[in-house]
Amino acid sequence: MALREGSRRVQLLFRLRHLPQFSRFVGVRSVSENVSSKSSAPETADDHLIYTPEHFALKEALRKIIDQEINPFVDQWEADGIFPAHKIFKILGNAGFLGVNKPVEYGGLGLDFSYSVAVAEELGNIRCGGIPMAIGVQTDMTTPALARFGSDELKKEFLFPSVMGDKVACLGVSEVGAGSDVSSIKTKAVRKGDEYVINGGKMWTTNGTQADWMCLLANTSDGPPHRNKSLICLPMNLPGVHVARKIDKMGMWSSDTAEVFFDNVHVPCKNVIGEEGMGFTYQMLQFQEERLWAVANILTTMENIIQETIQYTRQRKIFKLPVLYHQTVHFRLAELQTEVELLRSLLYRATALYIKGNDVTKLASMAKLKGGRLARELSDSCLQFWGGMGFTSDVLVSRFYRDSRLLSIGAGADEVMLGIICKYMDTLPKK
Amino acid sequence: MSGRVLVGVKRVIDYAVKIRVKPDNSGVVTDGVKHSMNPFCEIAVEEAVKLKEKKLIKEVVAVSCGPQQAQETIRTALAMGADRGIHVEVTGKDYDTLGPLQVSKILAALAKKEEAQLVILGKQAIDDDCNQTGQMTAALLDWPQGTFASEVALENDKVKVVREIDGGLETIKISTPAVLTADLRLNTPRYATLPNIMKAKKKKIANVKPADLGVELTSRMLGKYRGVTGKRKERATQQSRVEEWTILPNIHRTIL
Repeated sequence: MALREGSRRVQLLFRLRHLPQFSRFVGVRSVSENVSSKSSAPETADDHLIYTPEHFALKEALRKIIDQEINPFVDQWEADGIFPAHKIFKILGNAGFLGVNKPVEYGGLGLDFSYSVAVAEELGNIRCGGIPMAIGVQTDMTTPALARFGSDELKKEFLFPSVMGDKVACLGVSEVGAGSDVSSIKTKAVRKGDEYVINGGKMWTTNGTQADWMCLLANTSDGPPHRNKSLICLPMNLPGVHVARKIDKMGMWSSDTAEVFFDNVHVPCKNVIGEEGMGFTYQMLQFQEERLWAVANILTTMENIIQETIQYTRQRKIFKLPVLYHQTVHFRLAELQTEVELLRSLLYRATALYIKGNDVTKLASMAKLKGGRLARELSDSCLQFWGGMGFTSDVLVSRFYRDSRLLSIGAGADEVMLGIICKYMDTLPKK
Repeated sequence: MSGRVLVGVKRVIDYAVKIRVKPDNSGVVTDGVKHSMNPFCEIAVEEAVKLKEKKLIKEVVAVSCGPQQAQETIRTALAMGADRGIHVEVTGKDYDTLGPLQVSKILAALAKKEEAQLVILGKQAIDDDCNQTGQMTAALLDWPQGTFASEVALENDKVKVVREIDGGLETIKISTPAVLTADLRLNTPRYATLPNIMKAKKKKIANVKPADLGVELTSRMLGKYRGVTGKRKERATQQSRVEEWTILPNIHRTIL
């Protein structure tokens, strides 16, 4: 068929159908490597533990957006060190993917957490870690407390536009001197009349250079460290808010991470989410969701890496045989795939319990711990099998190796997860 | 005019999947393989929904022929804006040999039954590339046809169609009821949004059997696949495979 200027979509279609094999592997990267018939079989809704046909329809629709609006540009955005958050969030917001479990009155869909997990899983098909992370921050880190405890006025001003994709949000919790130890943050919000005056700074702020507002955790009184903090909706264009620098990181390049300073920033008292002093508690409450979300996301990416490694090693020859035919390779991939399935089972189990109203902190922490560690093991083993090619910037596995390292550090470091699990196992030293 | 548009949607193997021939060369592996709506059918659905949004037609009915899974494809059409669906149940051997002639008979029967003003189809399916169903349906109904449409405009009870043909663009005006087939540049299909996906759950899909429509499904064709063999193995890296269909009497068509 004549292929003049077709729409990009169907160019994709025909390019993929007549794709020459991996001697031109470099070209493949800019085109989404879709599901091969051998990957853990696309499940059907009939037997799935937690997904219904609507979940699968959701995933398909989201996949189209990823294939057309995101993946073709990932390489460019990684090189630029930033992606157009407003543009991408607007596309996702229009399609309803930023408010899956948010209240209907504020533009959301009011669906249960299993739908968020489905979204997280599908976002794992994006060919980098930075963009899913940025989206996850928008949907499941900055907005849950606001959705649950914020006033109607606050929700109209901040939640609704965030769900619609009109406003980009960032989370201000970690500081230069406080990461895992959230209770020791130093940023202060001092009450003066009907305003708070904020001084201090935040670190590791994903979306920080592009955000319209920040969900800020600050000390609002002198009390016990778990009860003197509040969550405040902070517009980023207020005088005194300085976005100091975009941090240059080892991975997650397409996600802009900022260091932010506050110099006598005035914000109205009504911008506090819920009750003053409850900020710490509110933020802790949504950690279960945040952690399960991260696991769902990394699972898909890990599977894609295994599949790409199989495809590469199948055609790459060494000592006259495909690399894949050497037992150490296919056995190791089998081990890794087994671990992926185990982690997936844990994820679905925790999700199923959670949507029924149970507290799954222990399981979620276990899943996050395993997710971070498995991603490191898997990326290391797979990169080895790619040999010299794996070390180049032309392939996904090297990007995955860099991006996935963050999972054991951010959103709750491995050591914090271990501490939580020990608490539930009652093995921590008694005071 | 009823203001009703019938849109045919076909469930095919997803365009991005690498096709594999079955070891016994009897066909292509479909088990566990990702399927989705034929891209040209998506363009057809989009055109129908656009006409409805412009208030030029009143109802969009999505039709698919196949086993249970065809309902997923109909649901995608519903999520894009179709009002209701019709699932024509065809399973097993009948489904394996289902081809343009039988589908056209089914669509013709439905078009009459539903008193459709327009039947919009994709110009061809990406699995068999037949490019026959639209034309056959029009012939069976004795309706005018506007195929390879890259532009469709409704003017009273006539349809202006700009067709993409080998020599360039041809503009025709045909009267309704008519059959149109969508070509690539007709429109860019919308994303099914999540709210519409959830709403689609409540839209109705009617179940119909070909016999109910008076259609007999016996195939007039004998299919014979040939996979990648012998000398072809050197070119195997290009993943080419040749299928030969033998149609009585002996008209060969080679699909690459």
